[in-house]
Amino acid sequence: MDFKRKDILGLQDLSAEEIELILDTAEPMKEILGRELKKVPTLRGHSVVTLFYEPSTRTRTSFELAAKYLGADTASIAVATSSVQKGESLRDTAKTIEMMGIDVIIIRHAAAGAPHLLSRYVKARVINAGDGAHEHPTQALLDMFTIREKKGRLSGLKVAILGDIAHSRVARSNIWGLTKMGAEVRVIGPPTLMPPDIHKMGARVFYRWEDGLKDVDVINVLRIQLERQQKGLFPSIREYTRLYGLDEEKLRCAKPDVLVLHPGPVNRGIEISPEVQDGPHAVINEQVKNGVAVRMALLYLLMGRGEEDVLTA
Amino acid sequence: MCLLLKGGLVVDPDRNSIKKADVLLEEGRIAAIQPGLKAPDAQTIPVEGCYICPGFIDMHCHLREPGEEMKETILTGTRAAARGGFTAVVAMGNTKPPADSRAVIELVKGQAEAAPVPVYPVGCATKERKGLELAEIGDLVEAGIVALSDDGNPVMNSEVLRRVMEYSTMFNLLIISHCEDTHLSAGGIMHEGYISTLLGLRGIPRAAEEIHVARDIILAEMTGARLHIAHVSSAGSVRLIREAKQRGVRVTAEVTPHHLCLTDEAVMTFDTNTKVNPPLRTPEDVEALCAGLRDGTIDVIATDHAPHTLEEKDVEYNYAPFGISGLETAVSLMWDRLVAKGILTPVQLAQKMACNPAKILGLPERSVKVGNAANLTVINPQLKQPVRVESFVSKGKNSPFNGWELLGWPVLTIVAGKIVMSEGKLTGSERS
Repeated sequence: MDFKRKDILGLQDLSAEEIELILDTAEPMKEILGRELKKVPTLRGHSVVTLFYEPSTRTRTSFELAAKYLGADTASIAVATSSVQKGESLRDTAKTIEMMGIDVIIIRHAAAGAPHLLSRYVKARVINAGDGAHEHPTQALLDMFTIREKKGRLSGLKVAILGDIAHSRVARSNIWGLTKMGAEVRVIGPPTLMPPDIHKMGARVFYRWEDGLKDVDVINVLRIQLERQQKGLFPSIREYTRLYGLDEEKLRCAKPDVLVLHPGPVNRGIEISPEVQDGPHAVINEQVKNGVAVRMALLYLLMGRGEEDVLTA
Repeated sequence: MCLLLKGGLVVDPDRNSIKKADVLLEEGRIAAIQPGLKAPDAQTIPVEGCYICPGFIDMHCHLREPGEEMKETILTGTRAAARGGFTAVVAMGNTKPPADSRAVIELVKGQAEAAPVPVYPVGCATKERKGLELAEIGDLVEAGIVALSDDGNPVMNSEVLRRVMEYSTMFNLLIISHCEDTHLSAGGIMHEGYISTLLGLRGIPRAAEEIHVARDIILAEMTGARLHIAHVSSAGSVRLIREAKQRGVRVTAEVTPHHLCLTDEAVMTFDTNTKVNPPLRTPEDVEALCAGLRDGTIDVIATDHAPHTLEEKDVEYNYAPFGISGLETAVSLMWDRLVAKGILTPVQLAQKMACNPAKILGLPERSVKVGNAANLTVINPQLKQPVRVESFVSKGKNSPFNGWELLGWPVLTIVAGKIVMSEGKLTGSERS
């Protein structure tokens, strides 16, 4: 099928076919990553900029390397600002970038909807690298790619997302993506970290791990932001770890061949115990590698023109 | 100068009737109402098929002057009011500096002398709208305020509000309450529900409003103060107000056109013109608001006109200020969505937008009656046209209704016998 989108703003508006195409395209991309010479000329002459309003190492590096491996030129803009009063408006920044001849803008922003706003300002393509608590489509795609690679399928799997669902863009994008691909999604967390009516997105809601983790094929552990405790959303880190930290005891509730994912960076020993993080079920490091492959696939599908099989170059 | 409105439908809320008649205006008063009037000296205006309503009053708008003249001025705001069919406006006191002193009220009144429609100022309940100490309420009353309100800074301390209410009773002064528990709403930017979950935007639960409505009703009951609940947005608030009225509490309430015409689904596009406080809620709330209007629980439709500059609104949803520019769409929205759909009769609309605001504010009665001041709003129920923000005379172009095709528009605004708007055009900016 053709991939006809200008932007990738979220998984809510992607079809199952489009998601499948992205995941299929990521497979040969991963093969390129295994080569000694990791560079193909597919996107030679194209330019990609990362515009990050929030600190990030892995997502940003992952996108930059993905673009470089495909032969694109990259630049990065880190905007060190926490409020709109300081600095330039998104509109003006967007225009400035556009005038430099950029083809793709990859944006991360603390405000939900910022990528959507950006896409209205520019002709360049926009990829959402995380907007507030709204969506993080490439993270969910790499999670799905990892699950599919290990399990051979997505349809029919039971996938639990564990932790701070309310503030998680990773959770939302995973719910959209996984339910479209036929998986059963469960969200597990305390009621104070569960957004209202999330079941309407297609996820089953559990407050207790004993119920939620039962017989699941995959557990995606979310990072807990430690400042949520000060906001009164849970009593202490200690209690959070006791009730929701994924340890070996909780893991036994799941299927014996359960996969454990984490989008990183990990609060070691808080949302996941070191034994589980470093144990045989965890695929956290594999996720990082797959992240580059999935982002290469997206950039290729958005920009790779022409009929020739670029992957043989 | 005499005016003869020929062939209109006179809306008479007192008799709950509409009758075809000509209306003659002389020296700022209504001189005669009857069919087939002849007045050779008068300027005759054909208004066949149009409803002649008592002059609409917007009892909740933000004119931004002094202090935020880039958003709106008293002149541009009152021109917008005239264009929107309003013959008077009530200006909220959240200006910079706030209207907590006689000096600010006098400045507003002075600026309003050149305005096409009269401006009735609201004074602050507490100094600097901080919710801590009473403003000089007696002095404000002498300066000419029609009500007290700290507007968007609700008085969170119940003891302070109790004293404001008690003190106001000696002037029989209205307290307008923006109901919001600011702890429950902190950081919220839209209605808390499925859509906020989906968008990952921080929600404001209905409870933030309802808790304050309940508290203010209890304090009004205790003190005997006259309480008016601003911009009711939730079904629970309607329930609380209905129950309080049944018990005889002196409480009245208003709803805005945007809370009647939009739901939180409108936020899905991240259009910052949908960002408003209280937030747009759900279809069930809209239904309850309409029911409240019909059964008299909600007395008034008011705009909460909150103009902002394009630059302020053209930002990420989180960072945009709350507010909708409403003066130039309110009447048409209400005609199209309520009257044309049979939810309110034209008489009921006139009650909600003219008679009840006047009554609640203690202004001279609004009715199309011989001898009364000639303040009239004339509506053409057949006129269908799109909302165009470019044509707004308000500085605030922040409307989520841009492009909406609406049926029924105000075509004449008459203030004290003088036409200030005709067919959507302002007729001179000075009021004699």
